[in-house]
Amino acid sequence: MAKDNVNEFRLIGTRPDRPDGLDKVTGRARYGADISAANMLHAAVVRSPHAHARIVKIDATKALALDGVKAVVTRADFPTGLTGEDWNLQENTIAGDVALYDGHAVAAIAATSALLAKDAAKLIDVEYELLPHVTDVDKAMAPDAPIIRQGAADASVPEGLHPNVVKYIEFGHGDVDDGFAKADLVMERHYKTEAAHQGYIEPHACLGQLGEDGKGDMWVCTQGHWYIRRMCAAVLGLEGSQLRVTPSEIGGGFGGKTTIFMEPLALALSRKAGGRPVKLVMSRSEVLRATGPTASASMDVKLGMTKDGMLTAGKANFRMQGGAFPGSPVDFALYCGFASYQIPALFHQGYDVIANRPKCAAYRAPGAPMGAFAVESLLDEMCAELGLDPLDVRLKNASVEGSKSSYGPKFGSIGLVETLEAAKAHPNMLAPLGPNQGRGIATGYWFNHGGDTSVSAALSEDGTLQVSVGTPDIGGSRASIALMAAETMGIPYENVRVNIVETGALGVNEPTHGSRATFASGKATVEAVQGIIKEMCRRVASEWDIDPEAVTWVDGSAQPAGPNAGKFPPMSIAEIAGKMSETGGPIAGHCETVPEGVGASFGTHVVDVEVDPETGYTKILRYVVVQDAGRAIHPAYVEGQYQGGAVQGIGWALNEEYIYDDMGRLQNPIFLDYRVPVASDLPMIDTVIVEVPNPGHPYGVRGVGETGIAPPLPAIANAVAAATGERFYHLPITPVKIVAALNARNDS
Amino acid sequence: MSKIHVTTTVNNEVVEFLADPRETLLDCLRDRLDLTGTKEGCGTGDCGACSVTVDGTLVCSCLVLGVEAEGAKIETIENMAQDGALHPLQRKFIEHAALQCGFCTPGILVAAKALLDKTPDPTETEVRYWLAGNLCRCTGYDKIIRAVMDAAAEMRGAA
Ligand code: FES
Ligand code: FES
Repeated sequence: MAKDNVNEFRLIGTRPDRPDGLDKVTGRARYGADISAANMLHAAVVRSPHAHARIVKIDATKALALDGVKAVVTRADFPTGLTGEDWNLQENTIAGDVALYDGHAVAAIAATSALLAKDAAKLIDVEYELLPHVTDVDKAMAPDAPIIRQGAADASVPEGLHPNVVKYIEFGHGDVDDGFAKADLVMERHYKTEAAHQGYIEPHACLGQLGEDGKGDMWVCTQGHWYIRRMCAAVLGLEGSQLRVTPSEIGGGFGGKTTIFMEPLALALSRKAGGRPVKLVMSRSEVLRATGPTASASMDVKLGMTKDGMLTAGKANFRMQGGAFPGSPVDFALYCGFASYQIPALFHQGYDVIANRPKCAAYRAPGAPMGAFAVESLLDEMCAELGLDPLDVRLKNASVEGSKSSYGPKFGSIGLVETLEAAKAHPNMLAPLGPNQGRGIATGYWFNHGGDTSVSAALSEDGTLQVSVGTPDIGGSRASIALMAAETMGIPYENVRVNIVETGALGVNEPTHGSRATFASGKATVEAVQGIIKEMCRRVASEWDIDPEAVTWVDGSAQPAGPNAGKFPPMSIAEIAGKMSETGGPIAGHCETVPEGVGASFGTHVVDVEVDPETGYTKILRYVVVQDAGRAIHPAYVEGQYQGGAVQGIGWALNEEYIYDDMGRLQNPIFLDYRVPVASDLPMIDTVIVEVPNPGHPYGVRGVGETGIAPPLPAIANAVAAATGERFYHLPITPVKIVAALNARNDS
Repeated sequence: MSKIHVTTTVNNEVVEFLADPRETLLDCLRDRLDLTGTKEGCGTGDCGACSVTVDGTLVCSCLVLGVEAEGAKIETIENMAQDGALHPLQRKFIEHAALQCGFCTPGILVAAKALLDKTPDPTETEVRYWLAGNLCRCTGYDKIIRAVMDAAAEMRGAA
C-alpha cells in the first residue's frame, strides 16, 4: 500500500474523489465519438489490402453517383512540397503513389450516413500493382530486401547499409574490451520482441469542420490537441491559429494518441463538402491495422561480470523497425537498457529500420521495455550461472545520485536503490514456491519530460478557483492538479475546478505524454496560483496601507506580518475576491514555461508464476510493483499507473503480438485475436510507492506513468526461466513456445 | 435499404426510432436515441464496452440488431443512478479510483450490476471471470475488482 503523507501537507497525498468521476460513472462524459453536429456528414476510409503496392488508379465515379455521397478525397486534395516529418505525417494520413502497409489509407469519403459512407467506400475502385514487401526487421536490413523508399535515410547512416536503414546511432564510454577481459563470465545473447499495440479501448474519433476560408474546428480524442492542430495545419497547408481544436474526454492513449492518423481526412472532406462538419470514427480493425503499434525489435546484448557480481562491461546492438517511416524508438531503448547500472565500459549501436507496417507511435516508455527485456534477461541468466542472488547483484551495481548514467549525463536525485530495498523487504519475496513455480525480478527506467506548458488560473467572485490546463486528463490528472492548486492556495480541494481547455484558450501545450502532466502542468499550476496569491497580497497591502512584503498568505487568507503582525484581522480569499472589481479588477495568474527539474523514475518488479507443463499456460501468482514516485500527489492514481503499466507489460510478455502472413497482411486485427489481458488472467497487482522527492518540483513529483511497463517483460521471462528451466529469448512467451521447448527437452 | 420502425422501452421510457436493418442496437442507442454512455470499443463482441441489458439479460449491444429491440426492455448506464442517487457500484468505482480513462467504465458497471443482481456474494474469482469479457486497458483490473467486491459487501449490509 502507499505511504500516505500524514503531516507534511494538508491535501497532497490524500485520496479525494476525482472531479470528473461522476460524469464518468454515469455515462455523461463525452468521448471522441460522442458528439454530433447539425448538418453533419459521416466519413469512411478506403484502405490498402496490400503490404506494398503502387496505386495505379483511383476511380470514385460509382461512389459519387450515389445519392447522399458528398465528397471523396485522395492525396490529390492535399498540398505538395512537404518535407521531413510533415511529409511523413501526410504520407501516412493518405498514401501518395504507393501504399506502404496493409491498412494504409488511400481515399476517404463523406456521406449523409455512416452506413452509406461504408457502402460507398466499397465502390471506390483502386487499381494496385503489387510490389515486393518486407515486415521483419532483420529481413528488411538484409542486402536483398525490397527497398521501401529511396532517400529516407539521414546522414547518420554509414555507407554500405541497406536503404531501409534510415538512422544509425552509437555511443558509449570506457574500454569495453578491457572490461570484458576483467570479467569472470562474459555472456552474449540474441533477443526479439514483437510489435504490440497500445490497445486503448476507445478507437480514434473526431468531428472536423473546415471552411473555404481556411478556418476550422475540430473535436477529437487526443493526448495533445496542440499537436493535432500543428500537424493538421502542416498536412493541409493551413494556418495553425485558424484551426481550433477541442479535446474530448479520452478513452486511453498510452502514447498512441499523441499524433494524427485520420484527422486531416475529416477536415479535407469537410472543406470539399462545402464546410459541413464530418465525423470520422475508426473501427477496431482500423485501429490495429493503421494506427501506431510499437516497434518490433531484434537485439544482441553482451555483458561481463566478475564472480562476485560486479558488472565490468556491456555491449548492445539493437535493430528496430517502426513501420514504413523513420522513428522507431531504438535510441530510447538504448538509453534505458543499461540505465539501472553503473558499468565502467559500455558500447551501444542502434539501427532504425523501415518496413511495410503501420507507422509506429509512442507506446508508454517507448523502447524501454525492449531494452529492459534484453539486458535484464541476460543479467538474470548470468546470476543463475554464477549462483548469485539477482536482487543483490542489482543492488551492488545500481545507479545512484551522482553516478554517470549509461547514456551520458550524471544522475540527479534518483530512487533505484530504495526500490530494490523495498522489493527485498516485501513479503512476496518470502512466499514459498512450489513445483513449476518461479520468481522473477527486474528493474526499469524512464525519463520525465518538461515540454511546452501553459496554464492559467483565475479567481471567481466567490473566492473559488478555476484552473485551465492543456494536458488532457487520462488517468485522474484533474484530481492531482486540483490537489496541488488547493494545497498552494490554502483552500479546500472542492473549491478548485480544473478544466482541460481548447487550443484557443491557452498558449501551446505539449500533450499528456512523457509522464509530464502532473509534473509540468502541476508545476505551472503552482506558479500560476502563486501569481494570484501575490496579487491578492498586493491588494490587501494597499487596503491596509502597508508594504506588500509585509503581507503573508496563510491558510487561505492574507495576514499582516513582521512589525504589522496582529494589527489587522486576516482577510479571507472570499473577502478579497468579493471586492476585486473595486480593487483593480479580475485576479488571475498564469504560467508559460518549459519546466526544468524533471525527475526520472526507476522501478523494480517481482513476479511469481506457475507454468503448466501440459498446456504451457503461464499463470501469474503474485505481482508487486515498487516504483519511485518522488511524491504521490494522489496515491490511488499513482498506484493505478503502476498497475496498468505492469499489466500492459504482462500482455506484451505473454500474449500480445502483431502477426503478419507471408503477404504482409495483419492476421489478428480484432481483440479476439490480438488478446490483451483480461480480469481472469490476473491476480491483484500489489504496489509500493517509494518517495524520493524530486527537488525540481515544488511538491517533489516525478513522472510515474511510463516506467511500469518496462520491468514486466524481463521479470516474467526470468520467472518463467526459474519455473521451467528454459529461457525464452523471443517474446511473447506463448503456451505454444513453452510446450515446444519442454517437449524438445524431454525428447533429448 | 428501407428503414424499420421500432418501438421499445429504454430505461423505463417508451421510445421509437427508425433503424436500418443492418444497424446494431449499439448504433441505435447512440445515434438514434443519443444515449452515448454506452461505448463501442470493438464492434465484435470482444470488449464489453457496449454492455446493456435486454429483458434483464446482459448483452453486448454491438452483437444485437436494433430491430431486435422491438418490444423489449432495455437498460443502459444512463439508468443506473436512481432518483439522483448513484448505485453503490458507481460510488465505489469513484471511491476506489477504479477508473482511469473511464471508457470501459459504463460497460463494466452494467456488467457488474448484472452479476450482483443474481450473485450478491461473489468470490474474487467469480468477479474476475464474470468481467473477463470487459476489457480495461488502463487499470490492470485490481481496483475494479476491489470496487465490485466492496460494493457487493455494502449492498449485502456486510460492510
Ligand atoms: S463494442 Fe461490443 S463488445 Fe466491444
Ligand atoms: S479505465 Fe481506461 S479502459 Fe478502463
